[in-house]
Amino acid sequence: MQQRVVLAPREINADLLKNALKAPVWYWGIMALLGGIVLVGSVTAGWLFNKGFGVTGVNRPVMWAFLIVDFVFWIGISHAGVMLSAILRLSKAEWRRPATRAAEVLTVFSLMIAALHPVIHAGRPWRILYWVFPYDFSRGLWVNIRSPLVWDPSAIFTYLTGSALFVIVALIPDMAVIRDHTTGLRHKVYRVLAMGWRGTPRQWKLQIVAGFLLSALLLPVFVSVHSIVSWDFAVMIGVEGFHVTIFAPYFVIGAVHSGVSAVVTMMILMKWMFGWGNYIREEHIESLAKLLIVIGTVWFYFFFIEFSFALYGQEPQEVGLRELQAFTWPFWPLALMFILFSYIIPIPMWLFRRVRRNLPIMFVTSLMVNVGMWTERFLIIVPGLARKQPWTFDWASYHPSIVEIVLVITAYALVFLLLMIFAKLFPLIPLFDIKEGQTLSDEIVIGRRRVPALRVEE
Amino acid sequence: MAHMLGLFKEEEAAAAANATEALEQAGYTNENFEILTGSPYPEGSFGEREAKHKLYVFPFLGALLGFSAAMLITGATQAAYPLVVGGKPILSLPAMTIIAYEGTMLGAILFTVLGIFFESRLPNLNAGIYDPRITAGYIGITVQVAEERVNAVEQLFQRAGAADVIVKR
Repeated sequence: MQQRVVLAPREINADLLKNALKAPVWYWGIMALLGGIVLVGSVTAGWLFNKGFGVTGVNRPVMWAFLIVDFVFWIGISHAGVMLSAILRLSKAEWRRPATRAAEVLTVFSLMIAALHPVIHAGRPWRILYWVFPYDFSRGLWVNIRSPLVWDPSAIFTYLTGSALFVIVALIPDMAVIRDHTTGLRHKVYRVLAMGWRGTPRQWKLQIVAGFLLSALLLPVFVSVHSIVSWDFAVMIGVEGFHVTIFAPYFVIGAVHSGVSAVVTMMILMKWMFGWGNYIREEHIESLAKLLIVIGTVWFYFFFIEFSFALYGQEPQEVGLRELQAFTWPFWPLALMFILFSYIIPIPMWLFRRVRRNLPIMFVTSLMVNVGMWTERFLIIVPGLARKQPWTFDWASYHPSIVEIVLVITAYALVFLLLMIFAKLFPLIPLFDIKEGQTLSDEIVIGRRRVPALRVEE
Repeated sequence: MAHMLGLFKEEEAAAAANATEALEQAGYTNENFEILTGSPYPEGSFGEREAKHKLYVFPFLGALLGFSAAMLITGATQAAYPLVVGGKPILSLPAMTIIAYEGTMLGAILFTVLGIFFESRLPNLNAGIYDPRITAGYIGITVQVAEERVNAVEQLFQRAGAADVIVKR
């Protein structure tokens, strides 16, 4: 049963614009801390560019490691936005309203950060342009479109552009609210950003239609992005553990599992940080947890199929890789952590209503899923490359250097920093969506109970 | 001509609907007045006519252009630099299809957003009479009237229950 709280538009504006109009002191403390981490990370990246890729732990044959693991991880997180926003919008799920904006913004920032990783990993980022964009008209050199390393940027570019535009279009009515609640320079800036929004029936209709239309257009892109990321690995026929036919759907559902978990973590943090108890309620987290039980179980099914079919053929190379991943030091503790954190611990816990409505437990378990999912990507990439392959004449183990560890931590800090900057400039919960929910909400009395009324489309 | 804005409190939505009815009885058609709200209301709540638009055409046009551009780029660049890699054909359709798919979707999304702006008549920084109370929950009705009818329309708004009436000459 939904616990509806009746709020006037004025209250909704005051609550949700609180941080944007006047940020509390702790906000600046968090910004300083995150800014410091990002500064250290930037210096580290500069050091890497100056000294060369030798400052990382990457070595033959493990040429893809922490940075690529992190790339796949952040692409996965970016699948939260469209999954929640598009699917819940298209299915007209009422409980989507406080979650959509945060999920969409998380998509944009995590995609941006994900795209940074291969750029840094290239070692010479300025050359990336030559490799992925067909622009070198003077020398007549063109990119190799048969390579997944060209498909990947095209998919990410489409997804990033589409997601960013999705956020911007939905932000226009809210920018008009800030325009109407500010004075001076801020008013002038938001006046331009609101583009003259007045809230005519035509503008609202287009806003609603745009939400559905862009959702429908972004859904196939979202499926394609992680499919193509998986093909970075799956089309590589020489590496066991990479050349897997079900990698595309396995990666997509894994991305949704980690992305929706990240939205749960973020929503709980938003509720705690900004005091948005009237908007992000236990019922919202509970609904997300129910969704995660289904997503997590489907993902686990794909994992099981992938692992068991690899063993079914009894090919020595494949069996050897699985042994390395699951039973050999230093990978076996990671494998154990991965399976416990991604599925065995959180999903059975979420079967209980008391757990789903307990925010501290949901916060910890949703974080656990993402720790597990990061480890999963590590276990796919590093052991796969570390194992001796036919036609590989030298090989070594992999130990991450401090440079890679700092860059991974910086990625987390940078996403969080960007979200905090966004929260200072724009509302993280869509004001008009919440107001619409209030307008359309109605209750009827049945016996001694008041229950939400059903709205029938004419 | 004067621009008038009648403001009704959020809980007075029925009064705003009555005001539009009274305006129609006074000879103003649906094209003469406009409703302004801070959040979406079900279409026709205030007696306004359904807004017609052609947004659905835009994604198809964008998809067509995106697909053509992607096929042109992938085909032409490979033909311009015919380096055989791993014995694969120069014009590899499966690979081209992947980029063409992304190009199609990118074109559709970009044109949809352009369509949203075009059909919403945005940007338009000087769109007309407006009051910041609209985004705080008030319902506004704007109407363009001849100077000699300003008093009559003001009384019409007040009779309907307007909280405030603004006149801009």
